Amino acid sequence: MTALLQLDKVSKRFGGLQAVKDLSFEVREGEIVGLIGPNGAGKSTLFNLINGVFAPDTGRITFAGTDITGEKPYRVARSGLSRTHQIVQPLTNMTVLDNCTVGACFGKENLPLARAQVAARDAIAVAGLEDRAHMLAMHLTIAGKKRLELARALAAQPKLLMLDEVLAGLNPTEVEYMIGVIRRIRDRGVTILMIEHLMQAIMSLSDRIVVLNFGQKLAEGLPGEVAQHPQVIEAYLGNPKLAEELQGSSAHV
Amino acid sequence: MLSMLRRPFFWIITLAVVAFALAPVYGNDVSLRESLLLDALYITLASNLNLILGYAGYVNFGSIVFFGLGGYICVWLVNSYSWPLAPSLMVAGVCVSALALIFGLGILRLRGAFFALATIGVIEAVQAFVENFTPWGGSAGIYLSSEIFRPLGGPAHALWVIYFMMVAVMGLSLYLSYAIKTSKFGLGLLAIGQNEDAAAILGVPTPLYKALVYSVSAFLPAIAGGLYFFKSAFIQPSDAFDLSLSTEALVVGMLGGQGTVTGVAIGAFLYEELRGYLLTSSTFANFQLVVSGALLLLIVLFFPGGLMGFIYSRFPRTQKVLE
Repeated sequence: MTALLQLDKVSKRFGGLQAVKDLSFEVREGEIVGLIGPNGAGKSTLFNLINGVFAPDTGRITFAGTDITGEKPYRVARSGLSRTHQIVQPLTNMTVLDNCTVGACFGKENLPLARAQVAARDAIAVAGLEDRAHMLAMHLTIAGKKRLELARALAAQPKLLMLDEVLAGLNPTEVEYMIGVIRRIRDRGVTILMIEHLMQAIMSLSDRIVVLNFGQKLAEGLPGEVAQHPQVIEAYLGNPKLAEELQGSSAHV
Repeated sequence: MLSMLRRPFFWIITLAVVAFALAPVYGNDVSLRESLLLDALYITLASNLNLILGYAGYVNFGSIVFFGLGGYICVWLVNSYSWPLAPSLMVAGVCVSALALIFGLGILRLRGAFFALATIGVIEAVQAFVENFTPWGGSAGIYLSSEIFRPLGGPAHALWVIYFMMVAVMGLSLYLSYAIKTSKFGLGLLAIGQNEDAAAILGVPTPLYKALVYSVSAFLPAIAGGLYFFKSAFIQPSDAFDLSLSTEALVVGMLGGQGTVTGVAIGAFLYEELRGYLLTSSTFANFQLVVSGALLLLIVLFFPGGLMGFIYSRFPRTQKVLE
């Protein structure tokens, strides 16, 4: 498998805060990579660096063989990289269909309006919003807006889809539905890089997991390996010995 | 383009334009013609302002600069180089559009209130420049001799020709508004108007689109300015760059419903008719800005969607026909 997205020693500083430091990893074609880490670890900043909202201070980001370091967001989107937002950003006074048509029009395929609407309807169906296609985006529930984020990014027909906490704030039924949606998207051949706090979900979805803490990579590997990693457990639970205790206690059971 | 002919709204615009053109011809009604000429001018200014205000969501106080500069370029070409009217108008339109593109690439980096303030700065800067620009007569302006109407068949006939041209410019403005609204370009602009950052992340090339719409929205107002000041045979900076006309164009857009083609046109028509009434009535003379201020306040408070917002919510089916 070839690398679709490659980060090479990427760093970003905001004033006195080193948000991301010397971070390198890659996402290969066709896989789902999970990005986890405690709050403030730099996950969302990393997304913003990749899709061009911020330019990294140092380092290189390569997507599908081209250098996209510091490229404008609309150029990154055109090259086939779409994303969703942790804090939903619907085009509030437009319908769900129009929102997705914008994604399809200006995404990777640069479709004309009529064909973009077809692609938009397709993406709406995948996200399960058919019944709300003509509703204004502002009238959707939070779960609906999360699905809209997903549908809109998908309508662009991206090679790489970056999902920023699409499961946060959803109830268990909705989470289950979304996990199904994400699996279906992957089955269509879309590579996925996702941030998620919901451990069970990300552990079951991801092929590989990258753990961030204080802007640096703490661990990387298969979900099972990462979950056993002492430093990861420490980063999440705060007690360096807790990992051993948990492992010790599980040995007794 | 041919698909436009099958849309009802295209024919509604065409009907309105034909009605405008023919109404004063019956009975040779000159005062009706003068009143409708101002209506057509307001509709032109408001519709083009709507492209940037209603679609892309940028409050532009400087739309009058396009009108004034267009007027100056046209009058100057006619006066100093004895150009005929039609090519002078075209050159005025093209020059002002090109200038707007250059301005736009600069000031459209600003957003919200900062952009609005910058556009007021543009008016002031252009007015100060023209007041000190001797080839354009400085603050005294340019007077045209009555000779200029001769190629158009003398003054009486020329006024009819100018009227039909103004109605044509109004028609083009409405078709343009409609064509942009139903295009991919228009969809990108609406996305920018809703949430510019989200639009950029979805792939809308925001700096290019904003500069383009700013430039496009300059073209027809510049031609309308050329026509208007050619008709007056006189132009001076305080008339050409009158901030209150810019403000009125904004009020008209809000009155009719920002972002709609029909609403802005009807708003402009109603506003100009009301203004005409107030100006000529003995009690309210020179009172029209107070009325526009009060109107704006009422609209913002009670009808944020304007006239069309109200109609759409009452009669949702109209949304499918009236853009």
